[in-house]
Amino acid sequence: MLEITDLGHSYGRGGGTHLAVDGISLKAEKGEIVSIVGASGCGKSTVLRCIAGLQRPTRGTIRVNGAVVGAVVPEGLAVVFQDYSRSLYPWLSVRDNVALPLVRTQASRAQRRRTAEDALEAVGLGGTGHRYPWQLSGGMQQRVAIARAIACAPVLLLMDEPFGSVDAQTREDLEDLVLRLRRDREMTILLVTHDIDESVYTGDRVIVMTGTPGRVSADLAVQLPQPRDQIATKELPAFVNLRAEVGRLVRGQRAAATT
Amino acid sequence: MSRVAAATTRWLWRWVVLAAGALAWQGWAEWRHSAFFPPPSAIVAEMYRLWFSGSARHLALTSSAIGNILPSLGRVGIALGISIVVGLAAGIAIGRSPVISGYLEPLLHFGRSLPPVALVTVFIVLFKLGDQMEIAFITSGIVWPILVNTIDGARTVDPVQVETARVFRLTARQRLIKLIVPAALPKFFAGLRISVSLALVLMVVAELTGSTDGIGYLMNNASSNYQLTALWAGIVLLGILGYVLNAAVLGVEHFVLAWHRGARRLAS
Repeated sequence: MLEITDLGHSYGRGGGTHLAVDGISLKAEKGEIVSIVGASGCGKSTVLRCIAGLQRPTRGTIRVNGAVVGAVVPEGLAVVFQDYSRSLYPWLSVRDNVALPLVRTQASRAQRRRTAEDALEAVGLGGTGHRYPWQLSGGMQQRVAIARAIACAPVLLLMDEPFGSVDAQTREDLEDLVLRLRRDREMTILLVTHDIDESVYTGDRVIVMTGTPGRVSADLAVQLPQPRDQIATKELPAFVNLRAEVGRLVRGQRAAATT
Repeated sequence: MSRVAAATTRWLWRWVVLAAGALAWQGWAEWRHSAFFPPPSAIVAEMYRLWFSGSARHLALTSSAIGNILPSLGRVGIALGISIVVGLAAGIAIGRSPVISGYLEPLLHFGRSLPPVALVTVFIVLFKLGDQMEIAFITSGIVWPILVNTIDGARTVDPVQVETARVFRLTARQRLIKLIVPAALPKFFAGLRISVSLALVLMVVAELTGSTDGIGYLMNNASSNYQLTALWAGIVLLGILGYVLNAAVLGVEHFVLAWHRGARRLAS
């Protein structure tokens, strides 16, 4: 589904270049949630931006469903940005924001409207379509951004620290929402986060990135039962052990257990 | 106090202050019998006699009003229309394209620092006397605030909003309609308000030079014939037109930019 080979990206040109990521190779299978975790500045957002076509890799290739990502944004891809308040358009109603990715499709106005309402329903925001994003709370705005991302029925959903600026309770609700959407809509999801608990709780696999330039230092399978539960899953020994291991790796220490 | 009551009080006070000012002027003018500052009652009576005592068939407008106020408003209207179209189109092109802005921006700052009043002769040579010269003259002065503000608005579109449009693969046209124009509108309206008040000033200036009708022409006539009450009638009329035009722009802005006020109120 998603295949990254030897990806490198450096900012700037000439003498002042800064190598952000180097030698990144990773894969994601269809329907998988892969979380990329790392300290800030390790280049994890750079990887995501390269996949989204927002930055051109300096080196290496990215394939989505076999097609190489180049200067254009690949088909069937959606992004949820961290900064929801800036990525939603304040002059459009919630419904029109969600319908934004559909304007380039052949769908009629009524169809687009219905799809947008369905997507809002799916994120638990049915009946708020007529309101404006700035009339909603931060958590609800991020739900709108998620509804907009799933409205175009993407095969690959990229999330860039999506829950970094909401409170802890809302964050847990949104994590569960992502897990439910994956189940219902069979998307592949790549979740970039600096939160270790979040990477383990939502992921089927956790990829740890460290260093400058950022490299993949571990690729761990998460063997936790589905469906996951914020309380029950997080008290399982397997969860506790894995989060400790990821925590050590993020801090650059060697893993205690063999991987 | 509720918000409605507070707004009503503010509105009442505005008229109380205006009425007090007019009364003070009236008292002073009747006491001094100054030939240069006729009392407001005389000015209003003159305005009525000159322009608003016509037949009901012409909405009470006299032939002088139809022959002078309407042409003036027409010139301002056309000049504003041209400035809005040119300012928006060129502003977005320059604001979004580094190449275009690289070529045009030095020229633009050269152009907008030229005072139109100093170039009246050039306009007369280029366009001959008449409506076309007056419209070109007004436009040459009022296009700049709209243009410069729109450039700024189009240039400072939030990068996250631009990336959102790229990620969802909007076409250039969709990006323009859904993103660039709405994002530039608040700045555009700020420029438009400046242009509207400037338009009336330039209209009078244009009509002072070789025009055969218009409010500026009437005022010039009244002034050279020492009809000071008629001159004051023109001044008051200009004030009223300025107020009405500004209120009209504010009304449109209030409607079009409802989202902007809402978002800003919540952000503060």
